Amino acid sequence: MQLTRAGFLVLLWLFVLAALRVVRSDLYAASGLRASGLPGFRRSEKSARGSKAPRQLVVTHGALTGTRISLDGRPILIGRADDSTLVLDDDFASTRHARLSMRGTDWYVEDLGSTNGTYLDRAKVTAPLRVPLGTPIRIGKTVIELRS
Amino acid sequence: MKGSSVPAGEGSPAASVATSTSPGLRPPTRRGTELVMLAFAAGLVTLALILVELNQERSLSLRILWLGLAYLGLFGAAHLAVRRWAPYADPVILPCVALLNGLGLVVIHRIDLAFEGVTLPDGTVWDPVAFKQVVWTGIGLVLFAATLKFLSDHRTLARFGYTFGLAGLVALMLPGVLPGFIAPEINGAKIWLRIGPFSIQPGEFAKVLLMVFFAAFLVSKRDLFTVAGRRFLGMDLPRARDLGPLFAAWGVAVAVMVLQKDLGSSLLFFGIVLVLLYVATERAAWVVLGVGMFSGGAVIGWKLFTHVQQRVANWQDPIGRYDILGGGYQIAQSLFGLATGGIGGAGLGAGRPEMIPERNTDFIAAVIGEELGFVGLAAVLLIYMVIALRGLRGAISVRDSFGKLLGGGLAFALCFQVFIIVGGVTNLIPMTGITAPFLSYGGSSLLANYILIALLLRISAAARAPQRAPKPKPQQPAIADQHTVMVERPK
Repeated sequence: MQLTRAGFLVLLWLFVLAALRVVRSDLYAASGLRASGLPGFRRSEKSARGSKAPRQLVVTHGALTGTRISLDGRPILIGRADDSTLVLDDDFASTRHARLSMRGTDWYVEDLGSTNGTYLDRAKVTAPLRVPLGTPIRIGKTVIELRS
Repeated sequence: MKGSSVPAGEGSPAASVATSTSPGLRPPTRRGTELVMLAFAAGLVTLALILVELNQERSLSLRILWLGLAYLGLFGAAHLAVRRWAPYADPVILPCVALLNGLGLVVIHRIDLAFEGVTLPDGTVWDPVAFKQVVWTGIGLVLFAATLKFLSDHRTLARFGYTFGLAGLVALMLPGVLPGFIAPEINGAKIWLRIGPFSIQPGEFAKVLLMVFFAAFLVSKRDLFTVAGRRFLGMDLPRARDLGPLFAAWGVAVAVMVLQKDLGSSLLFFGIVLVLLYVATERAAWVVLGVGMFSGGAVIGWKLFTHVQQRVANWQDPIGRYDILGGGYQIAQSLFGLATGGIGGAGLGAGRPEMIPERNTDFIAAVIGEELGFVGLAAVLLIYMVIALRGLRGAISVRDSFGKLLGGGLAFALCFQVFIIVGGVTNLIPMTGITAPFLSYGGSSLLANYILIALLLRISAAARAPQRAPKPKPQQPAIADQHTVMVERPK
């Protein structure tokens, strides 16, 4: 009787701990950060080795602050269009505002004919420009940067 | 780049369809983890049922195992729905919900046992409700699966924002304005609609509808709210005309309070609006203003209405007002129950839930506190916390601001509801009748909360899924990049 009572409570807490354990192992997967120790979540060899290669795009200012997108080599479309990778609802952003794409190991930003322009650090982006790590890219009221 | 491998048992056909174009890494869907956790929850619920039957000295039979398996089957079906329609959804939310719902079913069944064959003071025989709740759970899971199936992208909801808002407002106000034979007053609150044999509580659904509306509204009008107004006491106060929606929400909350005598819902509703405003604008001024307005409204309500005065007096001194009609009897009995439970509880099926009033709806937390003790009740609260945590996590990482607002609002609503009811049961705040999500008996609440969970899963799936590949365009490489090809003249 006493044993079953305690046993059930122990099992209940084991469930809570199991749930929290899953949450912990999942924290990184959801945020797009590297999840070490997760089976089957291996990065492609190149990007995992070189610590200088950008691995994620982070929104540092604006409505979407804190959003992270992991980079996997595919181009990233930024704008108000629903099918953009990063959907902005910002009156100063255009429907298709800018694109980040990878050439070789570097990422380049190019403006897709936006009304208010795209700025890399202070310079207006008129032709595709290489984006160094940690350099702010300003689109309307949103600022993003690449991080490793 | 190679396609990354997926752990055995976690790759589903649906998952591979969704991401077959992805060249790089593919995050695990973690559906296998979800299934294991669901099985754990089913085991726990079956064990709880066995303990109840043992402690009530009833004969054990294989029937219990069948019930456990049926329960697993029910949630297994929900799991398959998630696997099929939202393969990247959060793996922890569904098992946590399953455990709460299962525990609720066991406790409701246990209360049925306590009243088996007992004639109530008003001369009627207790009507077992556990089976009805099982049916409601089934319907809830069907709605859950349907929501996941027909809502493949939560952003479509934003388009119907105003429609949802109108529907929600109508649903919220309907019982208050309809005549008594359709909307009877039960326990002093006029929140029910009676249609044939069913009673529904439209306010539960209104909660979700209005949240969709406010999220959509705030996303489209966000800029208006961040316009700086007058500075006052170091805060940027919003301009008066931007205060419109807040005043509207306040008006509705107070109207609901007056017309339906439903304090819990009005507190919940107002809290949700306030948090959505705060999340959308990141301004503490809204919270300060809103809390001030609600306190003002509450004080006026307290001055004007006797039922509010009663609640507050019962909160201040439940035991002293034990014998007064409409006094502290309910809360006092609930506190006695919690005290009997103590740290470790009396054991499932060994308490005396028949002593607690409204035991299978408002005060179900007191029954759990008595039979599982502080340790068990704390675990239950932690499970709620995990659900809210995962909901907020999904809201943070989703890539569009409507999803962020809606996800944050839904997760907060669940949390706040638990706070209001458990706070009332433990006498932390004045008791206001509201259901404990997934635990309490009540169809409307269960259905609405399953829809809420489906929306949370949809948002978390959008957050965790790998980005969709941009639409393939027939792209001609620049002329300089094209390979030089030797073309031979055909002979």
